[in-house]
Amino acid sequence: MAKVLVFIDNPGTSLKKSSLELLTLGRALGETAVALNGKLHDDVAAAFAEYGIGTVLLPSAEDLDDFLVAPKAAYLAAAAGQAGANIVLLDNSPEGKEIAARAGIRLNAGVITDVVAVDADGTAHKSVLAGSYNTACKAGTPVSVLTVKANNVVPVPAAAPAALETVTVDVPAVSAAARITAREQKVASGRPDLTDARIVVAGGRGLDGDFGPVEELADALGAAVGASRAATDAGWISHDAQVGQTGKTVSPQLYISAGISGAIQQKAGMQTAKVIVAVNKDAESPVFEIADFGIVGDLFDVLPQATAEIKKRKG
Amino acid sequence: MKIIVLVKHVPDAQFDRHLTGEGYTTDRDESILSELDEYALEAALQLAEARGGSKAGNQVIALSMGPSGAVNAIKKALQIGATEGVHLTDGALAGSDAAATSLALAAAIRHLGSDAPVDLVLTGMASTDGETSLVPAQLAERLDMPQVTFASSLEVDGGRLTARRDADTSSETVEAPLPAVVSVTDQINEPRYPNFKGIIAAKRKSITTLSLADIGVDPAQVGHAGSWTSVLSAEERPPRTAGTIITDEGDAGIKLVDFLAAQKLL
Ligand SMILES: Cc1cc2nc3c(=O)[nH]c(=O)nc-3n(C[C@H](O)[C@H](O)[C@H](O)COP(=O)(O)OP(=O)(O)OC[C@H]3O[C@@H](n4cnc5c(N)ncnc54)[C@H](O)[C@@H]3O)c2cc1C
Ligand SMILES: Nc1ncnc2c1ncn2[C@@H]1O[C@H](COP(=O)(O)O)[C@@H](O)[C@H]1O
Repeated sequence: MAKVLVFIDNPGTSLKKSSLELLTLGRALGETAVALNGKLHDDVAAAFAEYGIGTVLLPSAEDLDDFLVAPKAAYLAAAAGQAGANIVLLDNSPEGKEIAARAGIRLNAGVITDVVAVDADGTAHKSVLAGSYNTACKAGTPVSVLTVKANNVVPVPAAAPAALETVTVDVPAVSAAARITAREQKVASGRPDLTDARIVVAGGRGLDGDFGPVEELADALGAAVGASRAATDAGWISHDAQVGQTGKTVSPQLYISAGISGAIQQKAGMQTAKVIVAVNKDAESPVFEIADFGIVGDLFDVLPQATAEIKKRKG
Repeated sequence: MKIIVLVKHVPDAQFDRHLTGEGYTTDRDESILSELDEYALEAALQLAEARGGSKAGNQVIALSMGPSGAVNAIKKALQIGATEGVHLTDGALAGSDAAATSLALAAAIRHLGSDAPVDLVLTGMASTDGETSLVPAQLAERLDMPQVTFASSLEVDGGRLTARRDADTSSETVEAPLPAVVSVTDQINEPRYPNFKGIIAAKRKSITTLSLADIGVDPAQVGHAGSWTSVLSAEERPPRTAGTIITDEGDAGIKLVDFLAAQKLL
């Protein structure tokens, strides 16, 4: 039976859905412990117990958040050693992947990113080359470090809750690390998170500066708002909304693309969506090559009409 | 300053890409300088130019690890403005995963720093084929240098750098002493194109070829044999095919909602 360690970074007062997914996946693979960074809030401790976690490891140092990646990776590697873990699971955020990268070197462990499923023997499944191949990969090392994409596991609490104990891990000193000297919090939009939203409505240069029609349709559908780089570069919407090679990779149930031509770098971030709908006034746009339902038309007519119709049907 | 820019030779994403190489590696026939590495090169050139350029002794060394074709990525970097090129190539490197790649590149960087120390290692935010973003973080770990990844701005003053990073919930300012490993995003600058003068000048610039023996790496530590991960199987997904395309005749918004309802997406 494998020993699994799940890394969870600063959960605050509640665990994210993606963290619950990791705990559920871990339990399916073996005996699972958590390496936490940040305060262990009572509600989080209760959720760990509910998900069958008996052991939570905590770092001896409290300043891991003041530096970029290196000390967190040193902590995670030490925690994995202490827990005797042979599978380490992290979320697939940019920072998750980098912590994995460095912990992997410290543990002489193979690292696999963008994982969507893990078999009982540790074989990981992921798609590569912008979704054009599905692959099975495996680390040949005693320990494997896997970063797992959100929305691929249904979170399920354990059959019986566990009694939780906490253990402190000595964080090895890291001499060379970049220090974070200032941090500006961004305001939350109130809409679902782009990376794990069930529906994404995205707009591009065709919006000509006005994201209103996209936002209204997104809100009628309870969707997240995405954008092409042309739209984020123009400053019409924040860079966080960019979908594509240098933005976010999304695989929602539904992706509605409006006023986006469908350049290769945009497609790289969205072509694994289950259903793609495209609205574009140019019938020759490459986006129509991958759309399940395409509308050649003006988005300023089509989107508001659809929004009104959805509101009408939803009553 | 002595800056090493890591440039990767990758299959051009404008064409279909295939995992037909040994051990499901990418077929590199139609390959180019990874476009995300052009931002790292531009950042290096701007730092060098602000300090008087090559005339003032600033070096921008384009380093690529890969088979013979990778020399094309280096040549392109020289045309754009790198001052010299280094090609790390060895049959034993084929099939290297991120851990093996970072091991070999770290050894090459140490080798290049043996005469005069390296100030900065600049990389792209991700390779456009592997797309893992593992290599820069692993290089920092192996070289014991500060890691500054996903920089959307970069300034160097004396022996320190300041960079900005944009994460989802916050923007950060980070500081680190040199030498450091810095990966940059496509937000940091607008890469220049090679011009005629650059293309002519590149012909006179030197490209040094390094083998594993030159950098003191045991061939058993790299390539398929030395990699810690391997690809067991790869299956091409059927390409997406176009579905129904309609032209708006005044009711396309309604038809869109009908489609969503039929797909149970409302
Ligand atoms: C290194 C690099 C990385 C990149 N990364 C990304 C990335 O992550 N994501 C990304 O998206 N791009 C990325 N790009 C940019 C990409 O190449 C394209 O330039 C970009 O996606 C184009 O955005 P767009 O489709 O909104 O604009 P355009 O290509 O200009 O298309 C606008 C579309 O809107 C349509 N339109 C105009 N008005 C209307 C209207 N009223 N109604 C309906 N349709 C209308 C037009 O017919 C056109 O098809 C990257 C480029 C590079 C070089
Ligand atoms: N074989 C290579 N040769 C040179 N640079 C590389 C190589 N592999 C990765 N890099 C650098 O590391 C960055 C991130 O790559 P990756 O970790 O593969 O996503 C790239 O943008 C390059 O700058």
